[in-house]
Amino acid sequence: MINKNFFFKGYRSIFTHDSPAIALTCCFIAIGALFKNLGFNIQESIFSTILTYALPGSLVMAESMLIGASLLNIFLAVWFVNARLYPMAVSLFPLMMHKSQPKWKYYFSCHFIAVSAWLIMKSNYKKIPKEHRIDYWIGIGSATVSVSVIGTFIGFSFSEYLNKDMMMGLAILNPVYFLCMMVGASKTIPVTLSVLLGTILGPLIYLFSPEWSILLAGVIGGTIAYLIGEHSVS
Amino acid sequence: MSANIVYAILVTSLATFLSRFLGALTSEGIKETSKVFKWFNCLAYATLAALIARTIIFPAGILVEVSYSSRFIVVVLSLAVFFVSNKNFVYPTIFSAICMALLSSFFK
Repeated sequence: MINKNFFFKGYRSIFTHDSPAIALTCCFIAIGALFKNLGFNIQESIFSTILTYALPGSLVMAESMLIGASLLNIFLAVWFVNARLYPMAVSLFPLMMHKSQPKWKYYFSCHFIAVSAWLIMKSNYKKIPKEHRIDYWIGIGSATVSVSVIGTFIGFSFSEYLNKDMMMGLAILNPVYFLCMMVGASKTIPVTLSVLLGTILGPLIYLFSPEWSILLAGVIGGTIAYLIGEHSVS
Repeated sequence: MSANIVYAILVTSLATFLSRFLGALTSEGIKETSKVFKWFNCLAYATLAALIARTIIFPAGILVEVSYSSRFIVVVLSLAVFFVSNKNFVYPTIFSAICMALLSSFFK
């Protein structure tokens, strides 16, 4: 089963001095308030946070519901926005694969792939023996989901006390937090270049193709960064 | 729970889980030292950076109502706080929320 020591080590990793817990809670406070304004009840809001656990996907669902989009439209829009989770999973799971661990742990814990958990794992995995990284990862994922649920509950419960200025403050918090984590993770040439090219290409491609901008910027920027990184090594 | 909302949540979670599950499934045969892994690592970072940049420059939702200059000022100052605080993630994040709330109330 799950190794408790490594599970709780992962769980505690979000309660450090530079923890993402506060930022993550604030982001989900904004989501909780948005859900209430959309007409969700508290059960639906928490159900959505637990099952989806991806901020951009939740925002797309909320916006799609506001304009009365069909379920097929919601599915396609969310799938496009969250397609970034595929390369994130492929660039994380090989670090945790170990033959002594059952496969169900990997299939179950892929649900925890999200920017904050992914960045925490990426910066800490070397400190954990490979055999137990999956337990550590499940700990991180459980902690970030718990914090997200608490944030959703607070946002839903106190939405009437949040004025427009406060909502704007909560809305900028998420991209700033992710931006700092990305800058902090830029320690090698390929990663630094990937971050730089993605930052430039994302908005640039958006001018021509809003729907495909994130995926195209990721593929083009990431591939150029990889090729330059390989060239500099050789 | 209303049926429409529940269906929307289920559809959203299915669309999200699909990418995660396919990623976990296909990464089984990939070694962390392989070129494919390094390439996907670059793709992941570039995609995330693109998402963040787009969210700040072409936002959806309530941030649309904030001017470009206000967003730019908040992001630059927050990055400055990040470096001054020895790359702490909490201070710039909280700072950004307070700074944005103040700017938006000041420039009404």
